[in-house]
Amino acid sequence: MRYIEPHAHMVSRITDDYEAMRLAGCEAICEPAFWAGFDRSSVDGFYDYFCQLTDYEPKRAAKFGLPHFSWLCINPKESEDMGLARDVLGIIPEFLKRSNVLGIGEIGLNKNTRNEITILEEHIDLAAKYDQLILVHTPHLEDKFKGTRLILDVLRADSRIHPGRVIIDHVEEHTVEMVLEAGFWAGITLYPESKATPARAVDMVERAGMKNIWLNCACDWGRSEPLAVPRTAIEMGRRGHSKEAVDALVFGNPVRFLSQNPRFQIS
Amino acid sequence: MTRDQVLDLYFMDARCKLIELAAFLDRVDRSEGEADFRLAALRNALPLLASPNAERAKAVLMALSDPTVDPIPAAFGKGACGAWPGAPR
Ligand SMILES: [Zn+2]
Repeated sequence: MRYIEPHAHMVSRITDDYEAMRLAGCEAICEPAFWAGFDRSSVDGFYDYFCQLTDYEPKRAAKFGLPHFSWLCINPKESEDMGLARDVLGIIPEFLKRSNVLGIGEIGLNKNTRNEITILEEHIDLAAKYDQLILVHTPHLEDKFKGTRLILDVLRADSRIHPGRVIIDHVEEHTVEMVLEAGFWAGITLYPESKATPARAVDMVERAGMKNIWLNCACDWGRSEPLAVPRTAIEMGRRGHSKEAVDALVFGNPVRFLSQNPRFQIS
Repeated sequence: MTRDQVLDLYFMDARCKLIELAAFLDRVDRSEGEADFRLAALRNALPLLASPNAERAKAVLMALSDPTVDPIPAAFGKGACGAWPGAPR
């Protein structure tokens, strides 16, 4: 089996996870910027984090033969403080020049507030100005349905944004259709308690089709499973899906989306 | 897959989760004090499992979702709890 892990927060994971993912057939890891579990106190904290994502972490992954790519932003959990958010937006352009950066992400909404929406719009503006791919985080649990609708409204309001260059992540049964019908890519995140299980992810793929969907583990500092994508590939096999179909979902699709940025090269 | 194949693959897992849910509700009943809105939200979603609707997972998620459309003025904390406090109890 070969697969791409298109969404993993490896700065929060131990080195053994890199080895396990490589052994399971992982061929590349992509790491969006996210919330550290606590609020950073200044833009300098983000500067150091972006250095970690674009310099240190690729070296750590390379020790296991894994290409490492990153996405940059201030996440919606910290964008309620608009002054800090704008300071962070100001330093992103210099990091966009770094060779492992694929785009702007994971941006989006958390509690669906007005400030979050303003900062989401400013990230989208930055992505449009610098012709970047976009990776969107949709809110958790009871806030997901409302937040996904709001995010789609904001994206559709900017005529410079091409839906095929945007992936909207963490979809579930109540949001997957609206994302795909609007022409965006959809990401299914596999978590032990929230988001989707391998069985539900395969259900969604069987119903919605696998054309513009990727799977990811989004492993971080919380309860999460770095091998969730290969486990879901096994789940597909148990249901009788062909090896070709599994490969198209866990390898072909993320490669197709990510290759829209020519920096995404895997040997 | 045939229905029997689905049952062969998933029946024991579904049985386990059903009993866990029943035991959770028993545990809540045995405990003291008022339950907050989350218990009512869960109870309201239970009949959806017995409905003939073929989109039960979606219906349960919607029953636990904030159905409003307007952004809120400011966030009170960062977390989500899994049920919408504004749902009728
Ligand atoms: Zn994430």
